[in-house]
Formats: sequence, structure tokens, C-alpha cells
Amino acid sequence: MILSIRQVVKKYSDHLALDHIDLEIPRAKIFGLLGPNGAGKTSLIRIINQITAPDSGQIIFDGEPLSPKHVDQIGYLPEERGLYKKMKVGDQLLYLAQLKGMSKSEAISKLKDWFIRLDIKDWWNKPVDDLSKGMQQKTQFIATVVHEPKLLILDEPFSGFDPINANMLKDEILAIKERGTTILFSTHRMETVEELCDDIALINHSRVVLAGEKVEVQNRYKQNTFKIRYLGNLPIGLKGMEILSLNEQSATLKMDVGISSNQAISEIISHVDLLEFQEIIPSFNDIFIQVVKETNAYE
Amino acid sequence: MHMNKILLIIQREYITRVLKKSFWISSLLAPVLITAIYAIPIWLAMKDKEVKRVEILDLSGLWKKSDLVDKEVEFVFTSGKEQELKMSFASKGYDAFVSIPEDVLANPKGVHIYSAKNIGMSLKESVEKLIQNKVRQELLLKAGISSQIYESTQVDIDSKTITVSNDGKETRSSSGGAMILAGIMGMVLYVTLLLYGSQVMNGVIEEKSSRIIEVIISSVKPYQLLLGKIIGVGLVGLTQFLLWIVLTIGLTQITSKFYGEKVKNNITQIKKIDSGKQSTLSSKSEEESPMSEVTKVLESTNIPMIIAAFLFYFFVGYMLYSSLFAAIGSAVESATEAQQFTFIVMIPIILSFLMAQYTMQDPDSNIAFWASMIPFTSPINMMVRLPYGVPVWELILSMTLLVLGFLGCSWVSARIYRVGILMYGKKVTWKELGKWLFYKG
Repeated sequence: MILSIRQVVKKYSDHLALDHIDLEIPRAKIFGLLGPNGAGKTSLIRIINQITAPDSGQIIFDGEPLSPKHVDQIGYLPEERGLYKKMKVGDQLLYLAQLKGMSKSEAISKLKDWFIRLDIKDWWNKPVDDLSKGMQQKTQFIATVVHEPKLLILDEPFSGFDPINANMLKDEILAIKERGTTILFSTHRMETVEELCDDIALINHSRVVLAGEKVEVQNRYKQNTFKIRYLGNLPIGLKGMEILSLNEQSATLKMDVGISSNQAISEIISHVDLLEFQEIIPSFNDIFIQVVKETNAYE
Repeated sequence: MHMNKILLIIQREYITRVLKKSFWISSLLAPVLITAIYAIPIWLAMKDKEVKRVEILDLSGLWKKSDLVDKEVEFVFTSGKEQELKMSFASKGYDAFVSIPEDVLANPKGVHIYSAKNIGMSLKESVEKLIQNKVRQELLLKAGISSQIYESTQVDIDSKTITVSNDGKETRSSSGGAMILAGIMGMVLYVTLLLYGSQVMNGVIEEKSSRIIEVIISSVKPYQLLLGKIIGVGLVGLTQFLLWIVLTIGLTQITSKFYGEKVKNNITQIKKIDSGKQSTLSSKSEEESPMSEVTKVLESTNIPMIIAAFLFYFFVGYMLYSSLFAAIGSAVESATEAQQFTFIVMIPIILSFLMAQYTMQDPDSNIAFWASMIPFTSPINMMVRLPYGVPVWELILSMTLLVLGFLGCSWVSARIYRVGILMYGKKVTWKELGKWLFYKG
């Protein structure tokens, strides 16, 4: 584990932002931190970045209690992000890299690599004021990763990116993961979660309401439903399953508890000619909405 | 490691400001203005000192050539008929023609001054004065009073003010010069406290409104950012002082050299005129100029002590006020929003400036004493009192109180700041502020 969050509580005057949060974030994985607005994601991220302190609880970073010496090993791209408008891109990145503990020469050589990699070689002397929003996003991303942190925290990284730059960013995130960096994502965008994340945690009303490996969570929420395509006439009363919907030559079925897919298939093929059999995996969007609704109802 | 990060912040704050055009404009403009204030009167004075030529017809025969000596007017005796002379003086190149009647002692109003154009007040006055003096002298002589007695009554009181210290050491002091020096230092402190304090505030607002603040404080502690910013901007202020001093001295030197020859000529001319008389016109005119009064004070006071005290009161006073300005900046989102809060910090600065006017009038009064002790008003008021002489214990007490005041203000400000910079419309508890205070950093 790169990061263990244990029983973290954070109270603001008018509300409880984090209520005994427990999370384990495995090394070299992409971890999705999900939740509606105001659930406590930003509070938790600020605590990991040591911008604020928890009221109680413990955070273990790379085997040690989190302390100020760790700030140089974390890269943070906040949701509310900006740059010094009057500074030149190169000077600005050099300054931010040095604030993360890099030496000047090391920072210059690493930054040059990034400028070549992202194809922005001629930006060094441009003032930030002259950059488009997408160009500023690229600059901010470089500032977040140039010091090669062990943990990369990205809060809504894709907001404001056009599709081309979003793809580039996705590729860079995956490449960074390949190098052994852990990435903590905070996002609303479920397609990103499904595409990139290995693990997820869902926070609602200051609590972790769902956590685990992406595949395992999806399995937990699948409803034993299948989609089939066939030739012939499907009879109403199939053994061990229930027909949820029936169209011409296709249907959605829900299997009874204890029925394996092999048993279901042999029952179906005894009546019709089966062309396609597909398990319906719940989307994270559905899981998200379902869990949030359940916990809201519970509250 | 932490020191390095503060140094980086100081460096950035300093360099970005010093590279701005506005910094150089204000650094150059002030010395140019000061030099202009100093040079224009000299230039005007010299322009006036073009010698006028006057033709004089003395029918009374009382005046000798040596009686009619003036630095601005050259008199030439003539003879002939008044009717003809008053028509021809202009064509002979004279600015004016003066006729003195035979019975001038009995009829002083019979003196006439003719001129082609309207003559200036100064020419009229010099002519009248010369005639009047002689007439008076002659009348006194007639009444039995010798010219020696007359000369001896021409006394000029020019008292020397001398301060006597406890050990009996006497120093020549000049309250006029002290007042000017005090006024200059008070004014400079007043302007710079406001100027650089609000620069710190605008820097904080810029970081908050551009949203770079969260990136920065994930790398450094808020107090490091605050300290780096305050020191960086303070160094910009010191750089500007240095530029002002060097440029002002340089420009005035150049101006003096430019006028040098003319001024020298003027002085020798004055001395020539004075040599015949008893009065000490040239030394008097030197003493009357405000700059020489300041120079005199500078000679009589401990300059290194004044400079050291000035730097101390500027830097600590600036740190006190700028930390409060920073706290305001952190609590708001824009410069316009800040306006409703800045008056709270500006009131004590303006108040100290107003109190300084009283302090200058009466530097040893109770108001002056307390104004130079209270940390918020002491920077300006103590600097205003210093040229008049202040007991060492008062200076030390005032400095100690200022440092304590700064520590108190920065303590409060840093706490407001670290919360404020992350607040976009939220309120926090005192308990939470206290918790952040004890967070290990």
C-alpha cells in the first residue's frame, strides 16, 4: 500500500466533512475516488496533501506516518487550478519544480524532456497570459508530474480538456502508472473510471459507502441478468429464469439464485437456436446512482 | 530544505516585481521630481539675476559711485537735462533712468524712475532702497548721528540653537532642519508602508483569484509563502530606497555641476558687493537655505544611527502592516472586495501620519511620546522624533514594543491567512484555527 487512511475525521463548524474514513490505496494502481459534490472528496485530498490536518485518525504514506517531508513525493493537480498569469511558462514550471525540491539543473533537464514529449518546445518564453485554456492545462499537468512523485493526485483532471488533449492526458497517465506511480483520481466522469481505474471508492455524506477493485465491485452489483439473441419462439415459462423483457428475436433474462450460466444456456437451447449470450455488467453510472440513492434513503 | 523554499519564494517575489516597468518608472520619477524641486528655484533665481543697467542723474550731488552698488543693478552717472535724458536712455541701452532732484533731502518724493517698459518690482525696490538709505544717512548726519553709529545699529539677530546633553556636551542643532528631516522621513515611511503593504495584499489576492494558491501550498507551508512574499516585497522596497537615494544624489550632483560655474560667479559677485560692508550676506544666504539646515542637522546627529533606525522602523513596521494586509487579501476574492476591509489597516497608518504633525511641533510632548511607543504608530512617529534627539531608553523601548507588536500581528495574520486562502465562501471555527496552529510543520 502506498497510502493507508485510517479512521480519519474532519469537522468544519457547520458540518462533518469526513466521518471515520478508512481507505487503502495500492501501489502502482489507478484509484478512483468517486462521490457527489460536497461528499468530502476535496477535504480528504487536502488532508493527504497536508494542506489541512485531520481532527483525528492516521495516514500512512509509503510505510511511515504522513509528514511534511512527504510533500515532495506527492504531485497534486487541484480542481481549482491556475498559474501566475504574468510569468513565462518555463520560469513558472521551473519555480514550481524547485518548490517540490528539485535542483535547478535537474528541473531544467526534466522540463525540457516534457516540452519535447508534449510537443510544446517553443512555449518556454511565452507568458501564461498568451496561452489558451488547453495549453494552460498542459502546463499545469507538467507542473504536477515533473518531480516524478510516488503518488499523483488528480482532481477532475479532464475538465476543460478538448478530446485530443484528453486522449493525450489519458496516455500520459497510463505511461506514468507503468513507471510505478500510484494515481489517485477524483472524478464524476464514470466513463473515465471504467476506462482507467483499477480500484474505486465511493464517498457519500462524508462516509465511504463502497470500495474495492473495479471488477469485484461490478460483480458485486451485477444482477444475474443476461441478454440473448436467438432464432425461434421463446416460451414464457423457462426453468430457473425469468424474462424481464422480450423483443423480436431478443430478450433480457434474470436467472434465479443458484442457476449457473451453463444450466441456463442448456435450458435456452432446448427451445430456440441461440445466437448470442451476454452477461449484463452494471455500468458505474448505474452503481453510483444506485448506491447514492440507497445511502441517501438510509440517512 | 525549508529555508531553500523560502529563498525561492523571496527570489520570485523580488524578481517579478523588479522586472516590472512600473517599478522603474516610480524609481526614476521620484529622483527626477526631487531634483526638479531643488533645481528649478536655482534656475529661476539665476534667470532673474541678469544685471539691469540704470542711468542716473543726481542733481543733489550726494551720491558717490560706491554708494550705488547692487548685485542686480548697474548704475551709470550721467549729466544733462532731465527732459532730454528721459527720451534717450532707452536707445542708449539702459533699462531705466533715475532722476534725483537737488532738494532730495527735503523732498524725497521728487525722485523719478523712467522706464520704457514697466519695470519689475525688484528693480524698483533696489533703486528705492539705495536712495532711501543714503537719504536717511544724510538726515541722521544732519541730526548729529555719525555714520559709524548708524552702521552699528544695523544688527541682525541670527540665534544659534544648541542642545546640551547631560554630560555637558554641546551640539549645534537646528530645529528648522530637524523638522525638514523629520518631515521627509515621516512622509517616506507613510507612503512606503501603504504602497508596499498593499502590494503584498494584491499579491495574495492574485494567488487566490488565479487559483495557483492550492498548488503552491501543496509544496510549501502557508507561513513560508507568506514570509517569502513579505520579505521579497520588502526587499523590493529597500531596492527602491537605494535607487532613490543613489539617483537623487547623482542627479543633484549633475545639476550642481551644470549650474556650478554660474553659482560660483554669483557667490563671488555677492562677496565683492559685501566686502565693502559689514554685513555677512553670503554666509547668511547659505544658512537660510533649507538644504543647508538639513545638512547641519545631519552633521550634528548620528547619521549611522538615523539610517539604522530608519531601516529598522521601515522593515519591522512594514512587516507588521503587510502581514495585516496579507490577512485581508487572503479573506477576499478580488481587489474591489478588499476595499471594504483595507480601511481597518489604513486607519492606523493615516492616524500615525496625522499624529506626526503634532510630534513635529512638539517632539517631547506626551502625545509624541505615546505615538512613538504604540507599535502601530511608532514607526512614523519615532522617526519624526529622532532628528530632535530621543533618549536611548525610549528608542529601545519603542523598538522592543514594535517587535512584540509585529510578532502579535503576524501570529494573528498567519492564522487568518492559512485559512482564508482556501476559503471560497466558507466560515471556520476558532477551534480549527487553533488546531492548525499546533499542527507539526
